[in-house]
Amino acid sequence: MSRQAFTRLTGVAVPIDLPNIDTDRVIPARFLRKPQGSAGYDRYLFHDVRFDADGAERPEFVLNQPAFRPATIVVAAENFGCGSSREAAVWALMAYGIRVVVAPSLGDIFHQNSLKNGLLPVILPADVVAGFRRTLHARPGTTMTADLETQTLTGPDGTAHHFEIEPFARQMLLTGQDEIALTLGYEAQIRAFEVRHLAETPWLALSPPRA
Amino acid sequence: MSLTMFDKIWARHVVAEGPGGQTLLYIDRHLLHEGSAAAFTRLGRAGRRVRRPDLCVATADHYVMTSPGTPVADAEIAAMLESLSTHTAERGIVLFGRGDVRRGIVHVIGPEQGLTLPGMLLVCGDSHTATHGALGALAFGIGSSEVEHVLATQTLWQRKPRTMRITVDGRLGAGVGAKDVILAIIATIGAGGGVGHALEYAGDVLRAMSIGERATVCNMSIEAGARCGMVAPDETTYAYLRGRPFSPTGEAWDRALASWRALPSDAGAAFDREVRLDGATIAPTVTWGTSPQDALPITGRVPDPAAIDEAGRRQSVERALGYMGLTAGMPLTDIAVDRVFIGSCTNSRLEDLRAAAAVAKGRRATVPAWVVPGSGLVKEAAEAEGLDRVFREAGFEWREAGCSMCVGMNGETARAGERVASTSNRNFEGRQGKGARTHLLSPAMAAAAAVTGRLTDVRTLLR
Repeated sequence: MSRQAFTRLTGVAVPIDLPNIDTDRVIPARFLRKPQGSAGYDRYLFHDVRFDADGAERPEFVLNQPAFRPATIVVAAENFGCGSSREAAVWALMAYGIRVVVAPSLGDIFHQNSLKNGLLPVILPADVVAGFRRTLHARPGTTMTADLETQTLTGPDGTAHHFEIEPFARQMLLTGQDEIALTLGYEAQIRAFEVRHLAETPWLALSPPRA
Repeated sequence: MSLTMFDKIWARHVVAEGPGGQTLLYIDRHLLHEGSAAAFTRLGRAGRRVRRPDLCVATADHYVMTSPGTPVADAEIAAMLESLSTHTAERGIVLFGRGDVRRGIVHVIGPEQGLTLPGMLLVCGDSHTATHGALGALAFGIGSSEVEHVLATQTLWQRKPRTMRITVDGRLGAGVGAKDVILAIIATIGAGGGVGHALEYAGDVLRAMSIGERATVCNMSIEAGARCGMVAPDETTYAYLRGRPFSPTGEAWDRALASWRALPSDAGAAFDREVRLDGATIAPTVTWGTSPQDALPITGRVPDPAAIDEAGRRQSVERALGYMGLTAGMPLTDIAVDRVFIGSCTNSRLEDLRAAAAVAKGRRATVPAWVVPGSGLVKEAAEAEGLDRVFREAGFEWREAGCSMCVGMNGETARAGERVASTSNRNFEGRQGKGARTHLLSPAMAAAAAVTGRLTDVRTLLR
C-alpha cells in the first residue's frame, strides 16, 4: 500500500452538508473497474452529483463553485463515507487533491481506508463541525489548517480545536510508513501464534473439501 | 469475569498488542472476489508473497453476468474476471470460478460450503462480510489496502470496537421476516447508530430464525454503521454446519463443537449499549428514501419534511423525496414500481426464494421481475423444489448466480427514473444504476410488488 505522509496542511475547505454521504455517491460503482490513479480519476469523485448526463458541471454542486474548486479539506456531516468498502472513495478524494476530511463521524471502513492512504480523518463534535460549514458557506474560499503533530484543527474563523487520533495511526501518517513492512517485523509472533492457534483450533485449517 | 461473545473471539485472535492501542489480530479465513485483484497487483509489485494462500478462498460474483445462458462480458469486465483467475491460479488459491456450481455471492457460499465456522475471524474486501456473523463468526469488511495486508501477513491491526446488543423479543407476525427485522433495527438506531460498534443480535426472534434468516439480519449491520454483527451459535447452527463440504468431521467436529458451545456471551456480560425491540410490533417494512434508515411499515405514509425540525435531517428528506420522485404524505402502497429484483447477499438464499415463490405461485408478474439465486447450489436446490417453474410460470425471469442488480458493477442496472422494488441492501442514490430509485423490502414483499405492480402489504395476499 502506498501511504502519503501527512504533517500539516493549510487549504481551502469545502462544506458537504448532507449526513450519511455513502461511498456510492463519492464514486459510483461503474468506475471501480478503472485502475487507481489512471488518467481522469479525479473526475470520478462525486461524479453523478457533480456532472450532468452530458458530462457538464452542475453549477449548483458545491465543488463546481469557483471559490471551493481548489479545496483540499472536506468538512462533512455525520457518517460520511458510509456503505460500501470501496477504497476507491478515498482514492478519488485524494486524486482531486483532498487530504483532510473533518466530520462528526465517519463510516468505519472509510475511516480505516483513509488512514491507510494518508487522508487525514479529523473527528470533532457535531456542533463544532456544523459551525465550520456555516462559516464556509458564508465566506467561500476560506482556508483551514490541519496540524497532525499538534493534533490541532484551525477552523475557518481562526479558532483552534484539539482533535483525537489513535497514536498508532498518527505515527503511521506522520512518517508515511509502510504498514505491511512494519507487520512483517512481527513474523516471529505471528508464527508462534499460528502454532498455538492450530493446536487449539485444528479444525480451522482449510483442507481440501470432501467430495 | 463475564465476557461477550465478541470479547471471547477477539481474545482468541490476538497475536500482539501493538503501539498506541492497536491489536494485531490473526485472520482465519480470507474471502476474495474480482474486486480483490488490485491488492494482488500491488502485492506483486512490492515483491511480496501471499503468506497463507491455503486460508484464502475466491469466487467471482460482483462482475459476472447473470443473464441465462452464456453471457458475454464486455472487455473491461472480462479482464476483471481474468485477473482474478490468474492471480489465484499463480498463488494456489482455491477459486470457485465460472462453470463451477459452487460459484456464487461470496457471503452466500462461505456458510454454504462450511468455510465459515463459529468463533473464527473472517474478513473480505466487501462491506457485507458481517453476513458470516450468522454462524457466530467475527466477520468484517475491509478495504483494498487491508486486503493486501492480510494477503501479506494473515493479520490486521485493529482497534477494539465497543459492543452493542440488539435484542428482538417475542414472535414475528405472519408475513414478517428477517428483512423486516433488520430494516426495523436500522430505522431504530439509524444508519450511523452502529459506528464504532460490534453488534450482537439476540432474543427469541433470532433464536427462532434459520441460518439464512440470521444471515439476512447480520448482512445489513453495515447499513446500521457497524462493520460486524453476529448471532450466538446454537443447535440450529450446528445442524446447519454438519456435513458441509469444508466443515470438520469426526473427532475434529467433536472438538469444534465443544469449543463453539463456549462461545455465547456469558449471562452477566456487559455491553456498551443495549437496544430492545418487540418482534410482535414489526410490520412488513419498506424504505422510501435514499438511506437504509428511511424505513417504515408498509401501512405508513411518505414522511413530510415540513414536519421535521432538525435542519440537516429536513434537507436530507427533501433531497431524498426529490430523487425518489415521491410526494410527502402519500400512502406507501400507492407507489407504483417499474421492476423487481430478488437477489443479493441479503436475500438470495433458498428460504428467500421459497418466501417469494409462495407469493408468486399462481399469480402473474405485471412488471419485469428478476430472480437471481445466491449461488449455483442455491439455484440447483431451488430447481429441485420446482421454484424456478413457479417463478417462470408467474412471468419472473430465473437467472444465474451473482451480485447482479444489487451493485450494478456488471452492467445489470435499472434505467434513470426507474423504480425498483429490491431485496438488496442499499437504496443509495445511483446504487442500482444512475438515477435509479430503490425501495428495499423482503423477498415476499418483492414478489407481492411484482404481481400487483406497486408496493403492497404482502399480508393482504397471504392465503
